[in-house]
Amino acid sequence: MSRATQPSKTSTTIIYVWLVVAAIVLLFPVLLTVVGGFLPSSDLLQQPPNLFGHFTLDSYLSAMRQTTVPLLPAFVNSLFVGVVMMVSQVVTSCLAAYSLVFMRNPIGKLLFWIFMATIMVPYEAIVVPNALFVRSLGIGDNRLALVLPFLAVGFGVFLMRQAFRQFPTELRQAAEIDGCGHLRFLFTILLPAVRPSLTALAVWSFLQGWNMYFWPLIIASGDNSLNTLQTAVFALKSNEFGDPAILLAGITITLVPTLLLVILGQRWLIRGFTAGAVK
Amino acid sequence: MSIALTPPATEKTALTSRNRRRRSPREIALAVLFVVPALAGVGTFVVFPLFQAIFLSTRGSDILGNPTRFVGLQHFQQLLTPQFGHILLQTAEFTAIVVVAGVVLPLALAAPISQPLKGMRVFRTLFSLPFAYSASTASVVWLLMLNPAMSPINWVLRLVGISAPGWTTDSNWAMVTVAGVTVWMVSGFNLLVLSAGLAGVDEDVLEASTIDGASGFRQFFSVTLPMISPSLFFAIVTTTLTALQSLGQVQVMTDGGPNGATSTLVYAIFDNAFHNNNSNFGLASAQGLVLLVVGVLIAVVQFGVIERRVHYR
Repeated sequence: MSRATQPSKTSTTIIYVWLVVAAIVLLFPVLLTVVGGFLPSSDLLQQPPNLFGHFTLDSYLSAMRQTTVPLLPAFVNSLFVGVVMMVSQVVTSCLAAYSLVFMRNPIGKLLFWIFMATIMVPYEAIVVPNALFVRSLGIGDNRLALVLPFLAVGFGVFLMRQAFRQFPTELRQAAEIDGCGHLRFLFTILLPAVRPSLTALAVWSFLQGWNMYFWPLIIASGDNSLNTLQTAVFALKSNEFGDPAILLAGITITLVPTLLLVILGQRWLIRGFTAGAVK
Repeated sequence: MSIALTPPATEKTALTSRNRRRRSPREIALAVLFVVPALAGVGTFVVFPLFQAIFLSTRGSDILGNPTRFVGLQHFQQLLTPQFGHILLQTAEFTAIVVVAGVVLPLALAAPISQPLKGMRVFRTLFSLPFAYSASTASVVWLLMLNPAMSPINWVLRLVGISAPGWTTDSNWAMVTVAGVTVWMVSGFNLLVLSAGLAGVDEDVLEASTIDGASGFRQFFSVTLPMISPSLFFAIVTTTLTALQSLGQVQVMTDGGPNGATSTLVYAIFDNAFHNNNSNFGLASAQGLVLLVVGVLIAVVQFGVIERRVHYR
């Protein structure tokens, strides 16, 4: 914004006061999470909690060591879910979108509307048949059960299709005349050109996988080894509610990748999603 | 976050390039090959289960949860009871609180942050932090925030002479509490969306309106707000979907209670099908279909009515 609309001194003061007050109220839970895990419970179990107590790593060590809800396998599971969903959704979405936009697909339009329609279906509406199906496959103790229903998403196809369609036709034709085949065009020209959308889809898929709760809760019930960090935090809450420090240490471990993404990657995340809406 | 609003790319572009291609069988085979993985994925785990949900909704389950006998529309009749009406009403209340507060609060933060002042980038990053939380992590942290043994909120309230209610244990408060935590969770993402919208507002138009004598709130409501209506619409649609599909907050914070006061539609699906080995898959499937219909109806209304007022440049 240019200097012309620089707010007056009074409104500047009001703005800062409002933002600081809102920050204190809205960010206290974040402060509590990040600092709480480093404090002994005695400092936390006061009203209000004393966030300037003695720093200690004990809670982190106990959180990692405790055996009722082991966090290390849960961490591995979460990572597996996030990465597999990310890679698979990016690959399937790009291939399908490419077929819809750049290839002679006799039923391309129909397929596109099928993908669009699946975006409208809330996951919770079909979770029961999916759970029965995946259980019936007999892979209830396998990590694969955590990701199987999420290897492809209509939203990804839609996002990549929108990105592909903005690729200039002249460049596509030039590549074609030069004898550039589909695969080479896709990998060496198109994908680098739509990197913002690609990154946004990748980050979105990873976050979806990492933060997923309902599905692991159902699939992992009865088998602790399929806990992800999200369900582990819930189990930790039931087991260790008396010790908020251990709980907060566990939550901080869960938050590390997402906090990094939000702090470092927020700009391209938003740009990728709202490309059309915001311009 | 499952809908992106992108104005349709020019239809002509894609068509011309397609018409120039030869229609060789190899080409068609390749086109099919490319689309098969995604189609197999959504076909097996979205389209097919949808039909299965319809099938299941007409079946009763045995003790093990196997769909055995045909019960006709019995499950749908159970949806015409006052109990289910209560669940729908609570879902509506929850969604309304989350959408209204979850869009207004970030807007009230994004507007000042978009001003050309020092430190605004830091504020934007700080306010987006709740976006990093998942349903279960946010719920547990807020349970601690409201836990009487340590609650800083109760402490502040006591300073001003108010005794805190039983946030999650009083049935009059539980819904508001869970909705409030959801507002906190969605505000981070919405702040980013709305900030991006505000950054794109045309400076010249604002200046022109200042010269015409509009200032402050008048300018915000008559000039800025219409100009960011696409981002506002995006925030409203995505927040509605998030709210309608919330499960983690309810399950972790109140487990549907006290006395069913926070039982929403999605929680009811979870409760009937998976909670305590209830295994009532038929009823849960019928409720899932209701969720689908409600979602589609809301989308139709939002896209049909509200989007017409959205001003795309």
